[in-house]
Amino acid sequence: MLDNPAKPLVSVRDLKMHFPIYSGLLRRRVGEVKAVDGLTFDVMEGETLGLVGESGCGKSTAGRAVLRLYDITGGQIAIDGREIGDTPQSQLREMRPTMQMVFQDPQASLNPRMTVEAIIREPLDEHTTLTPMEKRKKVAKLMDAVGLNRKFAARYPHAFSGGQRQRIGIARALALNPKFIVCDEPIAALDVSIQAQVVNLLEDLQEKFGLTYLFISHDLSMVRHIATRVAVMYLGKIVELADRETLFAAPLHPYTKALLSAVPEPDPALARNTNRIILQGDVPSPSNPPKGCNFCTRCPAVMDICKQVEPEYREVKPRQFAACHLYNET
Amino acid sequence: MPHGTLPVLDVQDLKTVFKTRAGEVHAVNDVSFHLQKGELLGVVGESGSGKSVTMMSLLGLLPMPPAEIRSGRVMFEGQDLLTLDPKGLRSVRGARIGFIFQDPMTSLNPVFTVGHQIAEPLRKHMGMSKKRAAERSIELLELVGIPDAGRRLYDYPHQFSGGMRQRVMIAIALACDPQVLIADEPTTALDVTIQAQILELMKELRDKLGMAVIWITHDLGVIAGIADRVMVMYGGQVVEHAPVHELFANPQHPYTSALLKTIPSISGKRAARLTVIEGQPPLVLGAPTSCPFRDRCAQAMPVCAVKVPPRYDVGEGHDAACFLVDPLEVANAG
Repeated sequence: MLDNPAKPLVSVRDLKMHFPIYSGLLRRRVGEVKAVDGLTFDVMEGETLGLVGESGCGKSTAGRAVLRLYDITGGQIAIDGREIGDTPQSQLREMRPTMQMVFQDPQASLNPRMTVEAIIREPLDEHTTLTPMEKRKKVAKLMDAVGLNRKFAARYPHAFSGGQRQRIGIARALALNPKFIVCDEPIAALDVSIQAQVVNLLEDLQEKFGLTYLFISHDLSMVRHIATRVAVMYLGKIVELADRETLFAAPLHPYTKALLSAVPEPDPALARNTNRIILQGDVPSPSNPPKGCNFCTRCPAVMDICKQVEPEYREVKPRQFAACHLYNET
Repeated sequence: MPHGTLPVLDVQDLKTVFKTRAGEVHAVNDVSFHLQKGELLGVVGESGSGKSVTMMSLLGLLPMPPAEIRSGRVMFEGQDLLTLDPKGLRSVRGARIGFIFQDPMTSLNPVFTVGHQIAEPLRKHMGMSKKRAAERSIELLELVGIPDAGRRLYDYPHQFSGGMRQRVMIAIALACDPQVLIADEPTTALDVTIQAQILELMKELRDKLGMAVIWITHDLGVIAGIADRVMVMYGGQVVEHAPVHELFANPQHPYTSALLKTIPSISGKRAARLTVIEGQPPLVLGAPTSCPFRDRCAQAMPVCAVKVPPRYDVGEGHDAACFLVDPLEVANAG
């Protein structure tokens, strides 16, 4: 990708996704899980935005909400210049070819009773008017693109290994020439030696087809490899967003610092010298987040104000956004 | 044996096969290793490398059939575990050898309180009274860092978070002061910040209690931070074994070096492209007759296809099962 002033392909403003909790005899609404609570970010054309965080932080929900796989609670989402935040699902169908998703578990996301060809062809059946012959050609091309042998088109998913199944999922996502793909933990279920194969494939495809990725992962070292910019989520909110180099070299938010220091370093000489920040306790429940800053219950640098006032998410340094009172001059 | 002291656990030529309709799967092929007191041995391998089956074999936890332990010796406290009857094994398992499994959700029984589950081995193996077992359970929960242990004893597993559940599993494993603790991917299901807590805890406990630990993982980062020695497994065989610093600084087996290169690091220079190991891990059908890694190895020689490489000594406590370290074989290949 050229480094000309990039324009955002995806623009998310104050995105909220709350799930209601019903309880009691009358199934009354007693509260809500604030899985995603006010996300604002852009994904530039041709870039990979890494979205990282621990389980339960809302990163997968965020990815699904951006594609409108849910009816969102609030906020705006613009993809390729079109606002889809409140578009009814029926009208979203025509937008679907632009935006696709690669799922975490290639075992669960492929129909075991469909052949590989049928799986990859399904989006073409749904959204195009190609003839059967054209579809067959397109499927074969897609299989080439993701490195699957054309001869295996008539086989079923169970005959493939995890890495190959993920390639099938990627081919399906590519079928309609999308611009934007949400990759939800695409390598989490794969073996170490296979992860690198899939990541390299995603990078090659991005270059070849000019794709834009939202890459959701809990694996920080892999995100450092693939992402252009990285957003860190904690309990439904983005706590920090910055260019890759900045985020890994000079993180601002105490949670980012702790998260980075917790990643095991694959070098015994370094691993034993680094001073780890060991966070105490667990992530609070998103149905009952603490008052003030969401991270105040575990933050090593917590101040009085953190327990009262929610910090504003703002550009602390050029191109580096954070939501933390430590960087508010008062 | 190095160090001149008798190892706590000594495994020799362990061979485990699974009988399937497609044929015999040789999951563990002549695996040998030993474990010294107070030592942490890391076992690294991908899924299907045989690392878990090795540990299950020596604990007698595999369903037989389809599994069958063909040969080997597992010496622990002067007896061969493979010759023990189920009753004898039960007195060792959970008592003098503790173990922790990957998923803390499925390894705890959801219908019993945590206190009940910690007390179970205490009452069974140590013959403790109900009261004494409850007291000891509280001590154990405190040891693994669960706050308010006296009250949490009466909670059910679903009332604990993932990290806390894994702490409970560790408490159960430690209940009877085991000589050896076998931990099979104990942090894989956990988040990194929680994993960091558990790793710190394990190091602390190992120093405090002086037990020997076998830590199975696919994460080289975890190994780098915690292990004394490392054993790398591939296709049911031990392909390399070395002290941790030596393994990372001076890997001798092509699989180990490739594995070290495929993982991106969080610090240091960022590679433009990840190194990949092409192909898939093998499924060893029938007795192995060649090097399991040869199809994916960039430096494979003709000999690799016709013989199983033995474990060559390549340094102090360092061995590698690769013909490349044998000057004779390399010379033959020209």
